[in-house]
Amino acid sequence: MKTNPSSENLNSLAAGESATIVAIQTDDALRQRLLALGFRVGKRIDLIRKARFSGPLQVRIGTTDVMLRKTEALQVIVKKT
Amino acid sequence: MKRIALLGMPNTGKSTLFNRMTGGAARVGNWPGITVELLSGKILLGSDMVELIDLPGIYDIHGFSEDEQVVRHFLHDNVPDLAVVVLNATQIERQLSLLLQLKQYNLNMVVLLNMADEAKKFGISIDTEKMSTALGIPIFLLSAKYGNGFQEALHAVTKALRYNTPGMAEQLRSQLEQDAHIESEMARVLQHAVQIPARLPDNLTTQLDHVMLHPWLGLPIFFGIMYLLFQGIFFFGQPLQSGVNELFGWLLEVAIAPLVSGLPDLLQGLLLEGIYNGVATVAAFIPIIVLFFLFMAIVEDTGYLSRAAFLMDALMARLGLDGRSFVMLLMGFGCNVPALMGTRVMRSRSLRLLSMLVIPFSLCSARLQVFVFITAALFAPESAALVLFSLYLFSFAAAIVTALIFKRHFPNSEPFVLELPPYRFPTLRQMLLRGWHEVYHFIHRASKFIIIGVVFVWILTHFPTSAAPASADTWAGQIGAWLHPIFEPIGVTPELTIALIFGFVAKEIVVGSLAVIYNLSGSALSGALAVQLDWVQAYSFMLFTLIYTPCLSTIATLRSESKNNGYMLLSLAWSLLLAWGVSFVFYQAARALGL
Repeated sequence: MKTNPSSENLNSLAAGESATIVAIQTDDALRQRLLALGFRVGKRIDLIRKARFSGPLQVRIGTTDVMLRKTEALQVIVKKT
Repeated sequence: MKRIALLGMPNTGKSTLFNRMTGGAARVGNWPGITVELLSGKILLGSDMVELIDLPGIYDIHGFSEDEQVVRHFLHDNVPDLAVVVLNATQIERQLSLLLQLKQYNLNMVVLLNMADEAKKFGISIDTEKMSTALGIPIFLLSAKYGNGFQEALHAVTKALRYNTPGMAEQLRSQLEQDAHIESEMARVLQHAVQIPARLPDNLTTQLDHVMLHPWLGLPIFFGIMYLLFQGIFFFGQPLQSGVNELFGWLLEVAIAPLVSGLPDLLQGLLLEGIYNGVATVAAFIPIIVLFFLFMAIVEDTGYLSRAAFLMDALMARLGLDGRSFVMLLMGFGCNVPALMGTRVMRSRSLRLLSMLVIPFSLCSARLQVFVFITAALFAPESAALVLFSLYLFSFAAAIVTALIFKRHFPNSEPFVLELPPYRFPTLRQMLLRGWHEVYHFIHRASKFIIIGVVFVWILTHFPTSAAPASADTWAGQIGAWLHPIFEPIGVTPELTIALIFGFVAKEIVVGSLAVIYNLSGSALSGALAVQLDWVQAYSFMLFTLIYTPCLSTIATLRSESKNNGYMLLSLAWSLLLAWGVSFVFYQAARALGL
């Protein structure tokens, strides 16, 4: 996993923060699912909340709310806006 | 007969539309090229009967999930005369991708933009005419839930069916990976036809989520809701279930028994205590299944089930399960059968199988009856509550241990990414239809298996005819004697072994079977048990009863839901092994401590 300071991942956002998707570095199955749910490079994504005990994240992209696990969120590279 | 396929992403209200179109008259069936069953219904459109098929919701026609493969194979092997594509109007900006993918297959299509009422509330305006021109496909706005726009949509579907389907060229059918231009095409269509506000208004869903998914309040609210549901099923279900039992008992007395009274005793026994009893066993589950799915429809269709998944995921992920499995596990404490059926919301097969392996350890209300009776007979009133509570702990522990042991064998292959749909309240019609479909499914799939099982146990406990029913001389008694070396180390007597054979059918009849075995009832039976058994034996018997096979109906449901006899046998064998192991450790340890 890249540790370039200019590119954070989805999990590094705090609740209420917004970002732009920079890259989706997942395997094909997850990538296609995320694309179908509206994830696109360059799109705005909002982190709504994180569940307790390192549980899943709730994000909003367009009109869709999606939950995904931390392991998956680490693979979505974003840039805070 | 012409065929219409209903296609769309999950959470588009596709099934609601299907129910509205078919009026709830649907059946499950098999199709060439695919292994799962699909719901279909025959409807009259114009002057022709056509068949409407509800395909599973998919995100991507080229996707890797099981549902996506099913749809791909279905379209390949059963090209429909018309594809009705249902899109969620509020999410049009991303759902269009599926439509454009489908368009490449040159199918005869009509597009229905569902949830038009919600889109309007969001301030999303869609010009269907412009969109229709841009795509070259008829497009209609619709609210399947309330029926607005339904007649127009039906009319368009009827009209579209008049044209012959172009058929799918072989090169199109085999083509799979060509959506490079879909992105730009999406932008082109959306640009002129759809207006979406830059920021969505802070709506009810956001406010509700604020409370329901609150970092501190979320879990207590979740358990509160689960407790209410469980209590609801228990308190409404029990009287309904005993009502059905009384009805069947009354029918037996006034109609069935006189009808067969001329027949030889043995044949009467087979008909009444075997087959009729089997039918009554199936019937007793009907009210509880309807009730369960009325509640499930609320939990699921309101969108709360995915919230529960969100709240419980951190803990359940470690067990290889997800939050929805946990909801089903909890619901299993009411009754295992509908809880197993409820796992169908999980679209990943391995996740479903692992959940179904765990659910039968939930201490259901039928088992509770046995434990209450035995606890009352053998334990002091002040320790009774503790005894029952400890059994609930064993129930959870058995589920957790099973999940931990088997999670490696059922690795979840699908990405865990779930939509959190807006909160919606299902209409009564949707709830009732759901209950009816599930009951139909249960009767259709499980009743034969259950009736055969009941008859089989009746034969074991009544043959040879020279022996008194359920006595040591019957085949069941002989099996009990033969199994004695296995049951002796866990403190279970031959009489109790016969009761366990009865308990295989249903836990509700265990106490009744003890009455037959000892030829005593009520307090006399309690007294006899207290004389014959000590508390260590009784507790060991209860542990075994808790963990081994819940009942025949559960096994029948495991079989019909997994469609795999090997899986059913695995569940059966594992629960027997675990039951014996736990009872053995408990009994031997207690004896070693001199108890």
